Amino acid sequence: MELLNLDVVREYGGALLQGLAITVVLTLIVITIALVLAIPVALIRMSPIFLLRTIGSIYVEVIRGTPLLLQLAYIYYVMPGFGLNLDPLSAAILGLSLNYTAYMSEVYRGGILAVPKHQWEAAATVGMTKAVAFYRIILPQALRIVTPTLGNYFISLFKDTALASVVTVQELTFTGQIISARSYQYFTVYTVTGILYLSVGYPAALFVRWLEKRADSSYRRKKPG
Amino acid sequence: MIELIDIHKSFGSAEVLRGINLSISAGEVVCIIGPSGSGKSTLLRCINFLEQPTSGTILIEGEKAYYDHVGAVLKARPEKDIAHVRRKLGMVFQDFALFPHLSAIGNVIEGQIYGLGIPRVEALQRASMMLERVGLAGHGDHYPAELSGGQKQRVAIARSLALSPKAMLFDEPTSALDPELVGEVLDVMKNLSGDGMTMVIVTHEMAFAREVADRVVFVDRGKIVEEGSPESVFDNPQNERTQTFLARIMRRS
Repeated sequence: MELLNLDVVREYGGALLQGLAITVVLTLIVITIALVLAIPVALIRMSPIFLLRTIGSIYVEVIRGTPLLLQLAYIYYVMPGFGLNLDPLSAAILGLSLNYTAYMSEVYRGGILAVPKHQWEAAATVGMTKAVAFYRIILPQALRIVTPTLGNYFISLFKDTALASVVTVQELTFTGQIISARSYQYFTVYTVTGILYLSVGYPAALFVRWLEKRADSSYRRKKPG
Repeated sequence: MIELIDIHKSFGSAEVLRGINLSISAGEVVCIIGPSGSGKSTLLRCINFLEQPTSGTILIEGEKAYYDHVGAVLKARPEKDIAHVRRKLGMVFQDFALFPHLSAIGNVIEGQIYGLGIPRVEALQRASMMLERVGLAGHGDHYPAELSGGQKQRVAIARSLALSPKAMLFDEPTSALDPELVGEVLDVMKNLSGDGMTMVIVTHEMAFAREVADRVVFVDRGKIVEEGSPESVFDNPQNERTQTFLARIMRRS
């Protein structure tokens, strides 16, 4: 066992940082898509219309019942046979978004159901239609409830982007694999790769904890000072 | 103002309302009393269609409301039509049902802006007036979590009043309150009745009912068993079940 080979770090550091950048961008794109799309999916899952509800359930259960790795491979390697040709990054964005939207829709659904029924009724008695009541009264309370859980999904997604390497996206893990195979410096390359993940992942985890703490306190006036 | 004609309501196989006929005229204060599980809350909730009756007719200001009869089936009207009628009826819940993410003033303007479409400036003015009317002038920026139960319930009353309802429905408005906070809510309600508001109140406060009600309605097992002036119902109940109920209540207090 040797210590970090600084020559290797110097030679491939730029490439690894580039991989990290792709990992971060991929995470941000997918989390944005999933945070938004998961809300309508949650509503479809609770729809009074049986057909809609069924379609929503099938989608969520198929995603939850199969590995993410397989879903990504399927989109990238199988879908071209059906005429859907995607470049690696698009395939990864599509696959990760489909996956995280499904999981996060379940979180939203739980959050929406956790808001007391009287809130819907009170909204109705002050003249609101259901759509307005949802947007103005239910959703803000549900968001507060689901914030800690969604925060954890955010952290988990950051690490799951490593799976995009199976569809040859040059994100951090894939870059690390290529460089270590080329240089045989497995210890150095994978250690640096891990440090790079941690350098973003740890602050992100702190941020999520801060969000949790904020969401945990009840609604009150902001204390001056 | 409000008329219920032969209202039935079943939850599954349990028939909670078994033919309710009740007519409430403008300016009248009606207190509904009865044992728990008698259907009195369900009755109140039918008036603003939080519960859909299984059969029967509801007239609000003389017009058939909420649904149409298609054969034996009741078909709910479009949401907008229901909302339109509901706006005429304020509702106060036992557990306040304030919007916890909004301040007191936020609670009072919310329905005005997003229910009635009143401009924000106007809604704010009106909200201040309503909070003053319930004795909470300085509490507009407080969140529900920062208010006592009595204050919360008064905000809830202000929230309803801000929509200029034709009638107010109260579902056990003081049942969730500590005893020392009951008075402040009842005082607000007394003032309302003094101002001529039409009120339907489900309550266990017999002294209050006696003082404020024009008419007391005793409900038991889904039926109106007895009704009349507070004096006649409380002092000279005719029905045996009313007598039993009142005897039990009086013994407790």
